Amino acid sequence: MKSASGQEKSIVVRRFDPARFVALVRKESLQAMRDPSTLLIALVLPLILLFLFAYAVSLDVRHVRIGVVLESPGATARTLADAFSGTHYLDVTFAYDRREVVGKLIAGELRGYVVIPQNFERHFADTGSPLVQIITDGSQPNTANFVANYAQGVVQTWMANLTGTIPMPAVQLEPRYWFNPELASRRALVPGAIAIIMTIIGTLLTALVVAREWERGTMEAILSTPASVLEILVGKLLPYFVLGMLSTLIAAALAAFLFDVPLRGSLFALLVLSAVFMMPALGQGLLISSLARNQFLASQLALFSGYLPAFMLSGFLFEIDAMPAPIRAITWLIPARYFVSSLKTIFLAGDVWSVFLPDLLGMATIGLIFFLIAQRYTRKSLE
Amino acid sequence: MSYHDFRTMLIRLRAQFIKELLCILRDPRNRVVVFVPPLMQLLIFSYAATMEVRNLDIAVYNQDTGRAAQELVWHLEAARFIAQVHHVHSNTALREQLAEGKVIAAIAIPADFSRTVAVSGSGHAQVLVDGRRSNSGQIVVGYLSSIARDIRFTADTAPIPETSVTVRHWFNPNLVYLWFMVPGLTGTLAFFSALMITALSIARERELGTFDQLLVSPASTLEIILSKSLPALTISTLLALLMITLAIWFFRIPFTGSFGLLLIGLVLFILSAVGIGLVISAISMTQQQAILGGFVIGVPTVLISGFATPVENMPLLLQWLAQAIPLTHFLIIIEGCFLKALPPRDVLANLWPLAVIAFTMLPIAMIFARSRLQ
Repeated sequence: MKSASGQEKSIVVRRFDPARFVALVRKESLQAMRDPSTLLIALVLPLILLFLFAYAVSLDVRHVRIGVVLESPGATARTLADAFSGTHYLDVTFAYDRREVVGKLIAGELRGYVVIPQNFERHFADTGSPLVQIITDGSQPNTANFVANYAQGVVQTWMANLTGTIPMPAVQLEPRYWFNPELASRRALVPGAIAIIMTIIGTLLTALVVAREWERGTMEAILSTPASVLEILVGKLLPYFVLGMLSTLIAAALAAFLFDVPLRGSLFALLVLSAVFMMPALGQGLLISSLARNQFLASQLALFSGYLPAFMLSGFLFEIDAMPAPIRAITWLIPARYFVSSLKTIFLAGDVWSVFLPDLLGMATIGLIFFLIAQRYTRKSLE
Repeated sequence: MSYHDFRTMLIRLRAQFIKELLCILRDPRNRVVVFVPPLMQLLIFSYAATMEVRNLDIAVYNQDTGRAAQELVWHLEAARFIAQVHHVHSNTALREQLAEGKVIAAIAIPADFSRTVAVSGSGHAQVLVDGRRSNSGQIVVGYLSSIARDIRFTADTAPIPETSVTVRHWFNPNLVYLWFMVPGLTGTLAFFSALMITALSIARERELGTFDQLLVSPASTLEIILSKSLPALTISTLLALLMITLAIWFFRIPFTGSFGLLLIGLVLFILSAVGIGLVISAISMTQQQAILGGFVIGVPTVLISGFATPVENMPLLLQWLAQAIPLTHFLIIIEGCFLKALPPRDVLANLWPLAVIAFTMLPIAMIFARSRLQ
């Protein structure tokens, strides 16, 4: 059917045909399911990733290997050295000469050592304060900080027990950790991992599938059919949308039942958030594929613009507030940033819509922009 | 094999190597995408990935009008890691600020705070911390406690006895997180680069149907595998060297170790990543399978390698698994060569596992490349 007005001649207006649309979706779903790698990425990868984020990626420091070098033969020094072995946060190796531990520190076998020097007893008798040196492996800053703070704490507690008076600070703080009283980093990481899994399914998988069609020339073939660009794109994306949602549900069930992460919010809110997040994720995949048009380029772009930023810049592992201002600005462009913030809240805090609404808005806006650009590029190739 | 055969093999190998390299670098967009995004990621992520705590907001609900409470608030406002102190006037507002994630911690100062301080010399305040940010939350509590410890309300309050404990951080005296992150990112980005380039190599030809032609050509399977590994080995090693150059000249990270040893480690590391990529590629029938396979192997590998969190924190089983991962060993080598002047003995201890991984993966790839023919 041709349009009456002359200016509109170049844009062929096609009417939406439900039967054709259903046929398209059916074709794309069959195509998606036929390749076993689709199921691998949608079902097996989430399981592996959740398991790793629950057990491997742990910020909870336990059993840090340190050395205690007891150079002083005195009895007081002995009790201080013993004080270090009484905690499960530290795994102590005793030595009597610091040369024994230096090599181990360089090799990474120890993360630090405490020296109780030869003149410890005399200094303690003269001044009443223990003379102790703490050396850490600064090449691992987080662990080094922990070793320094924890070792200082051990010395202070030892002092308090020895003198019998516990020094009273002017202000005593009583910390209470909300949402995660046990302070298990697993509980904060597992919800965020869902955002990463969805990024992989939405962006990488879509980018690959559509790029392959361009590479083989089947995209041009399908664009020349009576179906409209919008119908084709939506038909292509719908199976991956469903796959992504399915994967979210599985991941949420695993998180709740297997990894002991509570889902304090509602399932409804989780579904709404995930559905809206699929917009920028799929949109980015579509955009990458229509720019790249070959699978190698698409995979590289999806890796470097989708997966890695979702991992590094989403606030999933690294605190966004602590990043320098220009990088904080970049994080606003990363869809996973909004999703991670909402996911942590929905799992650990509950339905806090004042958190969800700005996040939803952010994701929807980015998604819309991706789709508009992608549609423009897809149409261009027709001319 | 006679000298003549060997010569023709080298000529064939050279031709194949050029062909494979062109396959990747012929498209100008590919040339850009192989080098530019990883270098950009290094620049961005190095600054982004920090476990330091700074620029955070906290909320205070001060129910006390006394001087001691006011002094506590002043100390908080002066703290360097705090960007802004939000003053709220009800417990509900305090909880809201925390729940909405606007602040990482919320402090409630009770109405009798100053009176208690005057009577007993010590007052209590409750700190609510956002457990969704468990790591930063703990560090914030540590910082707040040290602020609280140092406050003196009256001149005659007896100071807490000082201990003569000195702390020295070796290799990185100021604990600059960047010094830890840049070498680690170099390894991770080079690993992904090598893995993805090789994962596609055989799979692309399989999908196009040209791999069967290659197998019936005079080239042996060994030659095919070699010609498929050389381009990624060249490109990714070059990429890693560029990143090491940036680390030294742009990020100004001290390089204290032996460059020669690092270079040997780098080549073996890339070769083992290439080996893993080739196995994935040899098993895959399509490019999509190869890329997704690369992800399913690559992503967990990076997580277990100790790049983001130390291997020591992991369960024992994963610590053993980490030993089979090339990145684990390369991270020790590169971080050691940069900061620790790692002695040759310790470098060697991590070199041989890399060699073992590389030279078990390449034959496996050869077997799969052939057996998938039927």
